[in-house]
Amino acid sequence: MVLAAISLFVGVISLRPSEVLHDSEAFGLMLDSRLPRTLAALIAGAALAVCGMIMQMLVRNRFVEPMTAGTGQGAALGILIVVLLFPKVSILVKMSIATATALLSSIGFLLIVRRLPPAQPLLVPLVAMIYGGIIGAGVTFVAYQWDMLQYIDTWLNGDFSGVMRGRYELLWIAALMTVLIYVIADQFAIAGLGRDASINLGLNYDQVMILGLLAISVVAALTVISVGAIPFVGLIVPNIISRRFGDNLRATLPLTALCGASLVLVSDIIGRVIRAPYEIPVGTVLGVLGAVVFLWLLYARPKHAR
Amino acid sequence: MIVVENLNYSVASAQILTDVSVTLPKGGITALIGPNGAGKSSLFSHIARLLPMQSGRITVDGMDVAPANRQALARKLAILPQQVHFATRLTVKELVQFGRYPHCQGRLGAEDHEMVEASLAAFGLTALADRFLDTLSGGQRHKAHVAMTYAQDTGYLLLDEPLNNLDIAASRALMTLLRWLADEEGKTIVIVLHDINFAAHYADHLVVLKDGRIEREGSPVDMVTGALLADVFGTDAQVALVGATPFVMP
Repeated sequence: MVLAAISLFVGVISLRPSEVLHDSEAFGLMLDSRLPRTLAALIAGAALAVCGMIMQMLVRNRFVEPMTAGTGQGAALGILIVVLLFPKVSILVKMSIATATALLSSIGFLLIVRRLPPAQPLLVPLVAMIYGGIIGAGVTFVAYQWDMLQYIDTWLNGDFSGVMRGRYELLWIAALMTVLIYVIADQFAIAGLGRDASINLGLNYDQVMILGLLAISVVAALTVISVGAIPFVGLIVPNIISRRFGDNLRATLPLTALCGASLVLVSDIIGRVIRAPYEIPVGTVLGVLGAVVFLWLLYARPKHAR
Repeated sequence: MIVVENLNYSVASAQILTDVSVTLPKGGITALIGPNGAGKSSLFSHIARLLPMQSGRITVDGMDVAPANRQALARKLAILPQQVHFATRLTVKELVQFGRYPHCQGRLGAEDHEMVEASLAAFGLTALADRFLDTLSGGQRHKAHVAMTYAQDTGYLLLDEPLNNLDIAASRALMTLLRWLADEEGKTIVIVLHDINFAAHYADHLVVLKDGRIEREGSPVDMVTGALLADVFGTDAQVALVGATPFVMP
């Protein structure tokens, strides 16, 4: 809450709380830019953290997250295809196609992961990065061929500076998906126990897998379209939460969402403040933060936690 | 009663199970034994619905083991698969609570909480209830998993080689627990065992598999003989009688 308040009053145009109440121009700035930007950061952070947790449950590996494991890149590829082939279609169609390609690339990732030896948990994040990298490279190549590199930059590097009223509302669908994930949190927690345990408890394992991947893909596609890919939130937050509070998702998902939202908002504020009046994209800030925390997670991993 | 009729199973061109028909009695402990590659685990996995059936039919108390009966079966039959390897961090209590999922879909009522507490108490886990599973010893973790299947409150409990990686004390403790479940709680236990001596000592009924077929079945005294070891396992070990229990000299 405090962070959200700070975020509302940090920016190129200085804004004091008292002005908002009296000055109509300041109020307009608040409504058109600051409030949407703060909400976008909160929703994207919460949704991505929750999706990271779900993906880690489905893949049964702690070191994956949608934005580095091909889902985000798949979404970018989808948008690129739409923009190139059908530039006139509505945003909903764009979103659906981006979701579809994100889903396809997530399923592809899952199929590869299933062939990896389960005793080598560190292979999975390596494969994830290579896999995501290959799709990302494909996106860059196509964009290069069609002279659209600037476009894809806005999708591949998360940045909230472009967020204004009318340009972030799609993210509310991501918020809705997050709530839906929470409704069936138990099923994802059981899926995290593996196929055999799921079948034992009478769960339709394949259905849960597809539902989870679908939710992740929708969120990834929406994030990439509206603010661009934001890395590492889906990795750091679930790891910290799981280490501290465990994996009983019904209990931990709200906390995961809260931490994800706070982390992204803090990163965005840092990006706005550190070199004001210029801005550093939130993706860059998180990339630096995330790389450090990821290394720490790898090295500080307790021996019994596999 | 678990009835398996004309079950066939092949992977690529290899025939794993050939026309298996067997009736596993209700009550007591039934052990599936046989040499490596005899098809014990395949038969187990079919009964436990972990493998899709290629041909044949399996019923549990007359209910077909089919995907349509997923939820109902989860209240009838609990399984403990061979490798229970969790990447997730759960406390003992949370794991046992998941055992109630088939009954309450995650929304635990008073009755469910009672069952969880009873199950923790029955397995001596009450003191460990809030510990994370990955901080427990192998034996304790195993107990927690059995406690979860106990909380599932099913008439049938299926275990695939549960003694792997357990030392003699933990193995005996687990088998004693299973014996208690069968004798006092009236559960039907079906267990895949490698160690014939454990099977002979704790089980009521042995089903012997070889090359994907049911070779023979009967009580431990009738089954565990020098002839069985020679014919089925291909080794000429001596069998002694300790009291009324046959014992294979290793």
